[in-house]
Amino acid sequence: MAKNQKTYYEIAIEKGYSRRDFMKLSAMMAAFLGLESSSIGQVARALETKKRPPVIWLHGQECTCCSESFIRSSHPLVADILLDQISLDYTETLMAPSGYQAEKSLHDTIEAYHGEYILMVEGSIPTKEDGVYCCIGGKTFEEVLHESVDGAKAIVAWGNCASSGCVQAAKPNPTGATPVRKLVKGKPVINVQGCPPIAEVMAGVIVHLLLFGQIPELDRLGRPKAFYSRRVHDTCYRRPNFDAGLFVQSFDDENAKRGYCLYKMGCKGPVTYNACGVTEWNNGTSFPIKSGHPCLGCSEANFWDNGPFYEHLPKFPGFGIESNADKVGLGLSVATGVGIVAHAISTNIRKRKLIQEGECEPEENES
Amino acid sequence: MDKALQSERMLMHPKYVWEVPVRIYHWANALSIAILSVTGYIIGDPPAIQSASEASYSYWFGTVRYVHFIFAYVFLVNFVFRVYWGFAGNRYANWRNYIPYSKRHWMDMWEITKVDVLQVKCSNNPNLGHNALASFTYFLTFLAFLLQVLTGFGIYAAMSPAWFPQLFAWVPALLGGDLLTREIHHILMWFFILFAMVHVYLVFYHDYIERNGVTSSMIGGWKFQEEGKEEREIELDK
Ligand code: HEM
Ligand code: SF4
Repeated sequence: MAKNQKTYYEIAIEKGYSRRDFMKLSAMMAAFLGLESSSIGQVARALETKKRPPVIWLHGQECTCCSESFIRSSHPLVADILLDQISLDYTETLMAPSGYQAEKSLHDTIEAYHGEYILMVEGSIPTKEDGVYCCIGGKTFEEVLHESVDGAKAIVAWGNCASSGCVQAAKPNPTGATPVRKLVKGKPVINVQGCPPIAEVMAGVIVHLLLFGQIPELDRLGRPKAFYSRRVHDTCYRRPNFDAGLFVQSFDDENAKRGYCLYKMGCKGPVTYNACGVTEWNNGTSFPIKSGHPCLGCSEANFWDNGPFYEHLPKFPGFGIESNADKVGLGLSVATGVGIVAHAISTNIRKRKLIQEGECEPEENES
Repeated sequence: MDKALQSERMLMHPKYVWEVPVRIYHWANALSIAILSVTGYIIGDPPAIQSASEASYSYWFGTVRYVHFIFAYVFLVNFVFRVYWGFAGNRYANWRNYIPYSKRHWMDMWEITKVDVLQVKCSNNPNLGHNALASFTYFLTFLAFLLQVLTGFGIYAAMSPAWFPQLFAWVPALLGGDLLTREIHHILMWFFILFAMVHVYLVFYHDYIERNGVTSSMIGGWKFQEEGKEEREIELDK
């Protein structure tokens, strides 16, 4: 396979973008990465001089919403340059070759760019029954992943599937869906969480890899801090309503019309780390809470199992889907109260002598 | 025979059991748990208020949370102090009372269960401090305190710029996320509520049948012991 690597700038110009467009992209990327404005030049320079790294983008058990999100990135250059044109030596959804040729192209990339390519994984990996639940080109997805991991310079796990298993891993997880992190040993994996992740966040991670040649700073759950260090709740424009105790009580009430806080409708913003409140979606058009819908917590592990979606308290394990900690707690309190009354009655009967005379029955004491 | 006369036959000796720091700890703990439970419950299930007001006029929910966080610190400092007093305090406050490391402690617990819970046996509690079953229960509550502090400060880490809560940021990471951490935190509240119900009842119960003044002992420090009765202590290393 011929090594034919162009820079991002070269490709942008080839594609007919102006230098002005290119500079806009650089500025945008610098902003997303949280860099100072003085770093825009640095970003532009990196995109101008650094050769595009080859990318292998694998698809496992997933719905392709990560790819969909990415190609809807607000700046056309992002999708065009970073995805369509540039890299992607192998990606099932978008590549031209198919069948034997496709597999060959994957193989070639792994060989020719050993230690240089970026491995991006979309989807979880089924591990039950030797991984038969997801096979590509006659191999299980697990095998494909292991073959690609060795030579990867960096590994990116796109979305909740690859980061924590998403809906396939929800109980009872019939296929044994496993996130990338659990299968890759000794190499850091960047978890770009969300279902799907925000396009600008995805682009930001790629630019970071490119710009600094190393993986971005990650939080304890493997997510890039630049985008996942703050809770949706802390960047939510409805937050003043939360602090004022003004809550929507049902989706069709007056409070919902007034745009009060969705906490009581099960909003997971207080326990969810993502950039939705800042970048928003679809070119800054909106994000779920802005559209009146509580956050589902899609950038957190196990969010499918942590329901119900529309109630604040999760169901109480072992007590059925209608249960929650308060209902169970109240039930136990009543039971305890009944127990206390029963015990008090029993005490007055069985310990009558002790209570009246301060002494036990002699024969009882013997036992 | 007349009841009052009966009681006079029995001479009770006052014994100083709970030192001032233990009593202060107890009531500070009770107060902070009460306030933390009330505010915590409100945080978990805020009352439904239909109002046409704007957010800028009010901050009541923020205030409830603020009170929760203040008493979280009171609770923590008090708890840490009590652990210290488990080493510095008198024999009744000593940490060894609480951990059932000896076979005798377990035997005593079974004994108390027969006497006070199953009521198949009649006898008076030989311990002047906590009885064996009670001290084990307190040991469990100490563990619950610890868990409540870990989960509480764990979720607090994300909302506070202060350095101290950051020391607990590993807790939600270990549990896999803030949501589970928060749920454990919420469930533990019910543990404290159930504990408080049984605890208060049992104090009254023991006072009622043992006449040892246990209810007031946490105020004045004194308990009463029948004359001639040997005090049996959990052995403490000298
Ligand atoms: C006896 C002790 C405590 C009890 C009974 C208690 C109870 C609760 C309850 C029931 C909640 C609501 C959880 C939910 O449904 O979302 C809560 C929230 C919370 N508690 Fe506690 N708590 C206690 C101690 C602490 C401590 C020591 C801390 C340490 C800082 C703490 C920090 C928090 C925080 C940060 C929240 C979330 C507040 C929010 O996001 O608005 N709690 N607590
Ligand atoms: S809508 Fe959700 S994220 Fe926004 S303030 Fe309310 S609880 Fe927090």
